[in-house]
Amino acid sequence: MASIHSRATARLMLSPAVILLLVWMAAPLVMTLWYSLHDYQLLMPRGNPFLGLENYAYFLSDPGFLQSIGNTFMLVMGVLLITVVCGVGLALLLDQPMYGRGVVRVLVVAPFFVMPTVSALVWKNMFMNPVNGLFAWMAQMFGADAIDWLAQVPLLSLTLIVAWGWLPFATLILLTALQSLDTEQKEAAEMDGANAWARFLHITLPHLSRAITVVILIQTIFLLSLFAEIFVTTNGGPGTQSSNLAYLVYSHALLRFDVGSASAGGVIAVVAANILALLLMRLVGKSLEV
Amino acid sequence: MTARATDRQRKLAFTFVAWAVATLIFFPILWTVLTSFKTEADAVAIPPKFLFFDWTTDNYAEVWERTDYLRHFRNSVIISLGSSLIGLCIAIPAAWALAFSPTRRTRGVLMWMLSTKMLPAVGVLVPIYLLFKRAGLLDTRTGLVIVLMLSNLPIMVWMLFTYFKEIPRDILEAARMDGATPGRELLHILTPMALPGIASTLLLNVILAWNESFWTLNLTAASTGPLTAFIASFSAPEGLFYAKLSAASTLAIAPIVILGWLSQKQLVRGLTFGAVK
Amino acid sequence: MTMSKRLLALSVGLASIFTAWASADTLTIATVNNGDMIRMQRLAVEFTRQYPEIELRWVTLEENLLRQRVTVDVATQGGQYDVMTVGNYEVPIWAAQNWLVPLEDLGEDFASDDLLPAIADSLSYEGKLYAAPFYAESALTMYRTDLFEQAGLTMPKHPTWSFIREAAERITDRDNGMYGICLRGKAGWGENMAFVSSLAHSWGGRWFDMNWQPQLQSTAWRDAVSFYVGLLREYGPPGASTNGFNENLALFQGGKCGIWIDASVAASFVSDPRQSSVHDRVDFALFPSRVQVQNHGNWLWAWSFAIPAASQNIDAAKRFVAWATGKSYLRLVAAESGWADAPPGTRQSLYASAEYQQAAPFADIVLQAIEAADTHSPSVLETPYVGGNFVSIAPYQGIGTVVGQQLSAAVAGQITTREALANAQYVAEREMARARYID
Repeated sequence: MASIHSRATARLMLSPAVILLLVWMAAPLVMTLWYSLHDYQLLMPRGNPFLGLENYAYFLSDPGFLQSIGNTFMLVMGVLLITVVCGVGLALLLDQPMYGRGVVRVLVVAPFFVMPTVSALVWKNMFMNPVNGLFAWMAQMFGADAIDWLAQVPLLSLTLIVAWGWLPFATLILLTALQSLDTEQKEAAEMDGANAWARFLHITLPHLSRAITVVILIQTIFLLSLFAEIFVTTNGGPGTQSSNLAYLVYSHALLRFDVGSASAGGVIAVVAANILALLLMRLVGKSLEV
Repeated sequence: MTARATDRQRKLAFTFVAWAVATLIFFPILWTVLTSFKTEADAVAIPPKFLFFDWTTDNYAEVWERTDYLRHFRNSVIISLGSSLIGLCIAIPAAWALAFSPTRRTRGVLMWMLSTKMLPAVGVLVPIYLLFKRAGLLDTRTGLVIVLMLSNLPIMVWMLFTYFKEIPRDILEAARMDGATPGRELLHILTPMALPGIASTLLLNVILAWNESFWTLNLTAASTGPLTAFIASFSAPEGLFYAKLSAASTLAIAPIVILGWLSQKQLVRGLTFGAVK
Repeated sequence: MTMSKRLLALSVGLASIFTAWASADTLTIATVNNGDMIRMQRLAVEFTRQYPEIELRWVTLEENLLRQRVTVDVATQGGQYDVMTVGNYEVPIWAAQNWLVPLEDLGEDFASDDLLPAIADSLSYEGKLYAAPFYAESALTMYRTDLFEQAGLTMPKHPTWSFIREAAERITDRDNGMYGICLRGKAGWGENMAFVSSLAHSWGGRWFDMNWQPQLQSTAWRDAVSFYVGLLREYGPPGASTNGFNENLALFQGGKCGIWIDASVAASFVSDPRQSSVHDRVDFALFPSRVQVQNHGNWLWAWSFAIPAASQNIDAAKRFVAWATGKSYLRLVAAESGWADAPPGTRQSLYASAEYQQAAPFADIVLQAIEAADTHSPSVLETPYVGGNFVSIAPYQGIGTVVGQQLSAAVAGQITTREALANAQYVAEREMARARYID
């Protein structure tokens, strides 16, 4: 009795969120699907005739398409690699006894609060600019030629900028996880004569695996649709060397004003996102007992 | 004695390394703030001037005069707080249901919610724009609150879900034995116990909404643009602009960075996403 | 379920309150964030004094962002803006769709017959004016007289591209941060492509033949683009592939460029002692050409105000447009900061005025450049299109964007000129087929 009753209540409590998200997903998705099958170019209105799959063919045959898939992957992996590795290192460091830990933590967390557009503008102009940027000055000090970061290594530059913003997030989650590690366990291992590296490998790292999974999951969600940083710094260039899927969809929607092909791109991105969601579900399912 | 000495040495060494790393990470922000007090000429001077330059507040005066900072600020506050609060009202019951009445589909529902966040917003811009136009929501705070609430809802539900999962179930069972209705359950038992998680969810979402720059730029015009729109008007004006850009940047990020610092403890307490066992 | 319905109803209700409250006599004006527009925003207190019942609200955005916002709004009849800042690229295309309000009867102060004919023509569709020019520009060669003297060079009034190359080579001194030439390299149809289009036209090339077949692999284009890429790579500043108008302006004002070929509006910025460290050492010449081809590129751009048909405040908007682009606005600017700062390129009366001639030594050459721009025959070859620094057809934004990306990559050294043009040709054909211009 009670369980039937509570199950009904549970459904009732869950429904607003599910319904709202369904509407949020479904309404634009239905419209997007419709546009993706029709001719809709903002600057060339032709009464939206039915096009069949032409928009899909057009989007998929975009010369930048394959590169954009590759770049999406590279950006996600690059940022994840940096934030997880450095995040573990930073968390371990912050877990040590030191003076002024509060202040250190405040300094380390700060980048997470900075608007992506602001951080991209600051990095682009004040650090990576090949004439007036700080990096150029540093290169000169060492007698090297200034690197034109955003033109020569656009993807790496973007990865660094984005990783700077997400590093605090990873650090915080990992640090919280680290602090919950049993000190007795650690001490026991120390007694056994295990060295620091072995202790890290066999005790700390397994303990952090769950936290690492969480960091990967959450960041992947945000990194897949990374856009503002690319828009502000490289505009996807040079060429299409730093365009990801989101930027490619943008270039169809708001540079060509071709709603039809952008919608096709949107649908393709949704399909890709759902495939990825299934994969992540497997991954998370194993380490998170949902 | 020696053990203690090495302990102190270790602590000093860690302090040194940690401060160096922290300063390095914080440096871009520090540099922005410093540059905002320089003249445009000093801002691009080579070698760079770190502290010894003519400190000036002219940039702030100019930014202040050119734009309506307070209006943008107010919009940011209303939009980020509004979307997070309404989001909480919807996310708490949902997360509660998922956490305490799990079914076979719970995991599926959660992942589906998260997957809604993975599609590029720009793909649905024109449909949303047309819907908003029809509903009269273009350039309204209400419209932005709805959009940001919905786009962050999956994160909220998930974050709360992982937090609720950790509440010992026997406490609930006891309350149910006493004949508490689900509503009372939610109000009197859950809420106090889950308060850190709720506070942390709220804070994280205020931060995310404050920094969201796609919808806030594309669905607003003059009246409701938040600070993201404010910064967009400084991105590349003519001539030298580093100092003014820095001043505008400082103004745009200061409120949220300060809020983040002040509430860091609360933020961290709930920011585990179930990562801690 | 009921809860979400109620919430929706509540939000729609709230929304209608907000929108009703925002209308009345409030004008929402979308502008680009350049110096002249920002000055205009400041001077708008004068407008408010004249029309206290009209409240002005500004949306100031960087060019690309502005373009995407106003285009989406005008094409969906969103009605978010009452006045939009647009260029002469958009105006005929939008006017053909009936998205804009024709600007007749703007009053005596506006005096439409005082507008420079080339400018007024570029903002008209079927004989009616659809946008009022705020400032207009052609392109000029700006150069440093001191450096030319040192190198023993004399800039001819009609420079040729081969002279520019030679001069850039002689002036470049990389070790001392001095670059012979600054040009736009940043991708975008309004950035590097404005320059490259004009360059290709001056080289004797054209974008399309009379059947709308893209001509990007023709000899003229190939030579022009190799020249451009080579020039920038050898004598340009580092990071040239991400430099747009603003970046080059900063470089030139900071004394890092020997020659800068760009929009004529820059003439007043580089000769302004308040912002330019080289103000007393600059002079101007026309956009270069080739000896064999007498064509100066036909660059013509006018930042203008248009009123979207979806605006709820057309009358008030017209008043504002007439004020901001009228004759008395020029006097207002002159009174505030001197005649040299008056928005250039739009009015005959400005160039006829002795005060302006005296305050702005570049006045004559700017006028000459604007009057020389013939957008109806941009190339020596026959073209099916109107333009110069762009092509006035709807699919051009897409084509220009992608071609611009390719050329920017070539300037960055990531691909060769040949590859860039092959890709560009492929994309141009693809886009033209998509737009049903060709099969």
